[in-house]
Amino acid sequence: MFRLEKRPAPSRFWTASTPVLAVVLTMLAGGAMFAFLGTDPLAAIRTIFWDPIFGEFAFYYRGQLLVKAAPLILIAIGLSLGFRAGIWNIGAEGQYIIGAISGAAFGLAFYPSESILLFPAMIVAGALGGWLWAMIPAILKTRFNTNEILVSLMLVYVAEAMLASVSSGLLRNPDGLGFPGSRNFKDYPAAHNNFLIESAGVHWGVVTAILAVIFAYALLNRHLLGFQIRLTGAAPKAARFAGVNPSMLVVICMGISGALAGLAGMFEVTGPAGQISIDFNSNYGFTAIIVAFLGRLNPIGVMLAGLLMALTYVGGDAAASTLGLPGAAIQLLQGMLLFFLLAVDVLANFKIRFGKTEAA
Amino acid sequence: MNEQLLIVDRLTKAYPGVVANDAVSFGVAPGEVHALLGENGAGKSTLVKMIYGLVRPDSGTMTWKGAPYEPGSPHDARKTGIAMVFQHFSLFEALNVAENVALGMEDPPPMGQLAARIREVSTRYGLPLDPVRLVGELSAGERQRVEIIRCLLQDPKLLIMDEPTSVLTPQEVEILFETLRKLSAEGTAILYISHKLEEIRSLCDAATILRLGKVVGTCDPREKSARELAELMVGQTLHTPTRESADVGDVVLDIDGLSLESANPFGTPLKNINLKVRAGEVVGIGGVAGNGQDELLAALSGELPSHPTAIRLRGQDVGDLGPNPRRALGLLAAPEERLGHAAAPDMSLTENAALTGTIREHLADNGFIKWGKARTFAQAIIRDFDVRTPGPENVARSLSGGNLQKFVIGREVLQRPDVLVVNQPTWGVDASAAADIRQALLDLAAKGAAVICISQDLDELMEISDRFAALNEGRLSETRPARELSIEEIGLMMGGAHGMEVAHVQA
Repeated sequence: MFRLEKRPAPSRFWTASTPVLAVVLTMLAGGAMFAFLGTDPLAAIRTIFWDPIFGEFAFYYRGQLLVKAAPLILIAIGLSLGFRAGIWNIGAEGQYIIGAISGAAFGLAFYPSESILLFPAMIVAGALGGWLWAMIPAILKTRFNTNEILVSLMLVYVAEAMLASVSSGLLRNPDGLGFPGSRNFKDYPAAHNNFLIESAGVHWGVVTAILAVIFAYALLNRHLLGFQIRLTGAAPKAARFAGVNPSMLVVICMGISGALAGLAGMFEVTGPAGQISIDFNSNYGFTAIIVAFLGRLNPIGVMLAGLLMALTYVGGDAAASTLGLPGAAIQLLQGMLLFFLLAVDVLANFKIRFGKTEAA
Repeated sequence: MNEQLLIVDRLTKAYPGVVANDAVSFGVAPGEVHALLGENGAGKSTLVKMIYGLVRPDSGTMTWKGAPYEPGSPHDARKTGIAMVFQHFSLFEALNVAENVALGMEDPPPMGQLAARIREVSTRYGLPLDPVRLVGELSAGERQRVEIIRCLLQDPKLLIMDEPTSVLTPQEVEILFETLRKLSAEGTAILYISHKLEEIRSLCDAATILRLGKVVGTCDPREKSARELAELMVGQTLHTPTRESADVGDVVLDIDGLSLESANPFGTPLKNINLKVRAGEVVGIGGVAGNGQDELLAALSGELPSHPTAIRLRGQDVGDLGPNPRRALGLLAAPEERLGHAAAPDMSLTENAALTGTIREHLADNGFIKWGKARTFAQAIIRDFDVRTPGPENVARSLSGGNLQKFVIGREVLQRPDVLVVNQPTWGVDASAAADIRQALLDLAAKGAAVICISQDLDELMEISDRFAALNEGRLSETRPARELSIEEIGLMMGGAHGMEVAHVQA
């Protein structure tokens, strides 16, 4: 038998290499799954992980990569700050939807404005919407000690119901012949999140995501607030002793993650999605949880993990169309990634020893 | 050697990176009270775990009444006639005394019969105990009786006791010693583990002294002075903390009618605590664990806010301030629990230096931490307090208990506090580190700071305190000048024997 032995200090080698190991294990297990589905596993893995970047049609896929990665990174950066402090915002999807609705609604209210101030104001509206939605679980937790996991998660379903309502009611395109869905922002230049560099897929959301990574990195490594976040996650009692106000931290962390999720929703709905519709959201808010952990709650790691996750989306689409793999198989692959990451995580803090067990 | 009950011959046990026991040999005769003396980490626990069958030795042999003895489990040990009372109790609070005793026995008799036996054995050995009371309602001393009675019912030939007095008041210790002496007179051998030298001198017939896993001496403790024993244990000449007489100044800290509910449902609420501490003095606060020590520290550090006027620092109300505003005013604290409370285990020493040092050492500028300066501060602590570590980038949990404690105390002392509150400053720390820490506290007081030392170690409190008070069920006694106090008076201040009946052992 083998047993686990706690290391005196976390291993730097394994902390850095477990994500790579997790990706390799996912490829192996995913390959086996594809084989059971009757697809050539090597071809499937290549289509998902290799072709979108280096393959024949990479010129098309590469742009898609950043478009998918930006909202994931933006949301995951916010989540990782809270997760670092042990504050579990599981409802980023809801904050993302509400951010999108707020930003879009603000823009549509001024239709057909041509002001250059409109788009910046919509950005603020989007962030504010997400922030407000996150404040509900935050205030309930600090006031009444409710569980933020449950409240934030349940608010996702409220947000989805609101999305369904506004896309066929309040924000429905008056010129849309009665079909659900808002006006398309592609036809509303002052409010459109257009590509800055189309071939690379760079839009304002991508720029914001990069800024968020830099901001989070500086916050965690240089700023007192970031130190308090890390301290609260590492040793809550020591954090109190250090003078951290836990309620304040909940409000700040939930606020930042809600605002970033709201921004992601706003950029998505006015850009790649193009309009408020009942299904514009692609579950980015949930996938971002995987991205945050895959990136070890570290801003640089989150950025890389967001790109990797975007790759599985883009590559998964490609595999679905060229190899006929079902969409659920791709979701399973993403799930495996998180599963293996958490499983091999134990290596960073524990040594595996083979030999007889003994009562200590 | 044939009359020996248990002979331990060259027992060796190695763990990765450390040899816990290196060819340890000694013998115990029937009726002998044998002390195992050594600092934390000397290998006492590993040794008795091998005797009790919890750990298998790598090499070496044991002989029980002339026959080879190789226990595979505590079950074997109990069948042989060896019983052990652990330092940490393994009792269920929701069950009564008899039920708890039955759970620890190999084949318990029916409940009614067992209750009668508990009554009989407990009166015979002067440890009165009611078998139908819930363990949750018992004091620490009474809980220990449950453990002891459980062992005695098995009629052991050898009783192992691991640091039994750490939870007892002096009176309770005396009751326990009467019991142990009676057992010894009846022929039961006792293996007594402790690092409290006076206890060993008053109780034990022989002592085996361990240092770093090796036997460094055997002696008759009654023929040695406590100081000689300590030096054998530590292996170096001990430096006794000394203090320069300082003039006691004005009242700096005034605790006035402090009452506080505990944040922890199993904690002890503080009840109307009054204490004035003057500049340049050390006030020692004693008491049995769990009588409000943690709550008092939290109330003073600012982790548990109270009524503004309940705590005043140089006349200013600070009761409702958090830890950092209090630090800014010069009230600093060091909690008991090193890992997880005073320090974050997985963070570097530099980060741990910033944990409390940010305010007074100006380690942050517009909210941005100056890590270079924090590192310099950490290095200063490491240098001035002789913390053994390769450097400030190492994580806190890689340090030994004594070294981390020196770091934690040093971190506060170097911030030049006006008032420093420490809880159990030398708990689980080796003797030389403990002496360094006590000296640092005395030096701090000599420079004009007020020091409050909360501790369960009475020797420590007597050594460094000017005045002494005791915490008992969340109430603080009047302070008394420490020099005038006898150990009996201290015991009474600590709540006497917690209302327990004093032993009446028939000689």
